[in-house]
Amino acid sequence: MTKKLLSVLSLLVVLALLVGACAAPAAAPAAPAAGAEAAATDAAPAEAATEAAADSAAPSGEPFRIALIMPSTTTDYSWSQSMYDGLMAVQAEMGGESALEIAVTENMFQVADAANAIRDYATDGYDLVIAHGAQYGTPLFEVAKDFPETSFAWGTTSNTGADEGLTNVFAYEPAAQEGGYLNGVAAALLSTKGVLGVIGPVEAGDAKLYINGFVDGVKATKPEAVVNVTYTGAFGDTALAAEAANTQIKAGADVLTGSAQQVVGAVQVAKDAGVFWFGSQSDQAPLAPDIVVMSQVYDWTQVIKEMIDSHNSGTLGGKVFTMTLNDGGQTTIYNDAATISAEQLSEIQTAVDAAAQGIMDGSIVPAK
Amino acid sequence: MNELFTLTAIVGILTSGIRLATPYLFASLGEMFAQRSGVVNLGTEGIMLMGAFSGYYTVLHTGNPWLGLGVALLTGALMGLLMAVISVTMQAEQGISGIGLSLFGLGLSSLLMKVLVGTPTGVTGFRPQRIPLLSDIPIVGEVFFDYSILTYLAFLLVPVTWFVLTRTTLGLKIRAVGQNPEAADSLGVSVTRVRYTTVILGGAMAGVAGASLSISILNIFQENMTNGMGYIAVALVYFGSWRPLGIMAGALLFSLVNALQLWIQVLGLPISPDFAVMLPYVLTIVVLALTARQIRQPAALTKPYERGQ
Repeated sequence: MTKKLLSVLSLLVVLALLVGACAAPAAAPAAPAAGAEAAATDAAPAEAATEAAADSAAPSGEPFRIALIMPSTTTDYSWSQSMYDGLMAVQAEMGGESALEIAVTENMFQVADAANAIRDYATDGYDLVIAHGAQYGTPLFEVAKDFPETSFAWGTTSNTGADEGLTNVFAYEPAAQEGGYLNGVAAALLSTKGVLGVIGPVEAGDAKLYINGFVDGVKATKPEAVVNVTYTGAFGDTALAAEAANTQIKAGADVLTGSAQQVVGAVQVAKDAGVFWFGSQSDQAPLAPDIVVMSQVYDWTQVIKEMIDSHNSGTLGGKVFTMTLNDGGQTTIYNDAATISAEQLSEIQTAVDAAAQGIMDGSIVPAK
Repeated sequence: MNELFTLTAIVGILTSGIRLATPYLFASLGEMFAQRSGVVNLGTEGIMLMGAFSGYYTVLHTGNPWLGLGVALLTGALMGLLMAVISVTMQAEQGISGIGLSLFGLGLSSLLMKVLVGTPTGVTGFRPQRIPLLSDIPIVGEVFFDYSILTYLAFLLVPVTWFVLTRTTLGLKIRAVGQNPEAADSLGVSVTRVRYTTVILGGAMAGVAGASLSISILNIFQENMTNGMGYIAVALVYFGSWRPLGIMAGALLFSLVNALQLWIQVLGLPISPDFAVMLPYVLTIVVLALTARQIRQPAALTKPYERGQ
């Protein structure tokens, strides 16, 4: 009886491990497509810095090695994908895998699993280990203490562990309120009913910044407009996010936006109802080309390059990166296929450009 | 608070609640059969994910939601068969093997998604179908007769499963096996065969539960999209005291309060969103505590059966 039980259990564990192990290398074949896409859209900005990165990486002859641990997947249309796309773009610019080696572990929603992955990558000699989530701070600091020669990075946060004596941790924090503000300006112009809906995950991190910025942008453009905000309490509750979209539409919203990977469900609902959607974090237009007007996209290329340069020049951590409109960390991607008139689009673009200018010169400070 | 009592809000809460209850009903009613025969299947979450993926993948390539539903049902049944082999024939500890199955389903569905599909795109699954005439009745029509076929099917399963469980020979055998397998065995009922039947049936229904998300409610697949629904479905079987009506009451309570909390947030009522999202869980526990009666769980629940022991 006990023997049977043991054999069954070990069988299951082996199966589960096998599947889990297969999932990681499988990221590689998917990479070229996503990377090419990302490279195509991000090719223009900041080529100068890459050269610097490539220069400093080249002398050793060995590729720079980055490990990325993400809470979701490389195709989640949001937080995780934006970082992955950024890494792919930097890799393409630096000259492929011979210059920059990238390892990815997906679906680390359990912090304990992520902790193991962080330690494994550090042990394996990676130069930079990125734990892409605010929930990974505690295990990251633990491992960082044991591997002083390795660089680590995490966010959304401004905490590099300096208080605990750590010097090898980078922190990043997108100023998502800036992109949120721009989406808010555009969404307010497009809304005919003056009712807008937001589907957020939890009231924290970059989601909170994005939503506050969005509300601010709407109010600045159309003071009488109503913005209804709902949180689902999770990042991956796709079903509840979809129902939140249904609720928002029933309550009168004719323009929706949201944050985190859960929004793929909400975008489907918006598509069925013919309601406009404004994307955040990654370009969400492929989910519903008719209704996604534009997306505020995190562009990590600059941050990644700076971390590589910093590591190569001997500074392993201690820096905080804020991603703003000014430093190119956030960009607006319009969707040509959206079903809005040319006049509407040019009106939106003019207003968004003006607002972006105001944010960059400091005359507009979006609410956080 | 007054905004909550407008017609729009009330109709909205009811329709959202009924829609949200759909996957829970399929999964919980299936799980009920397994538990009534003495097997707790904690693998529901993983089976739902496999059902969701296989249904989505089929619709993505054929455009036929019915075919997708069939494939999801078969995939769920196969996962159920795996659970039955492990827990009935090999007599493994049910709780642990169920969690193993859940992890297996999570990993395999994510892997298949990555390898076979890559970047998720939406599909056209089951559309909401207004029932002619009935859906034209004001309010009532909107609340009760404007869903996809799977939602009607889920609620139709409540009386059907009740009938099977209480009025058929199979139902009698299931209850006997879950209550007293030795006695059932001595009367010539094959404990193994009955448990295989219920666990496979439960798996098939969990597969359909997953498909109700990926090809009806959301029309897209995403890794781990069930987000713990399978475990809630197992809890709802306990909540409903292993009876279809009780399970429906539990699924509706949980889903309606979830819909209510979304409206509370939309209307900007002075309740913190952190508290609002807790409401369905808190209220379900409170109701369970207040109505705590002599819950008669199947006597042989979680106990593997071996002849002559």
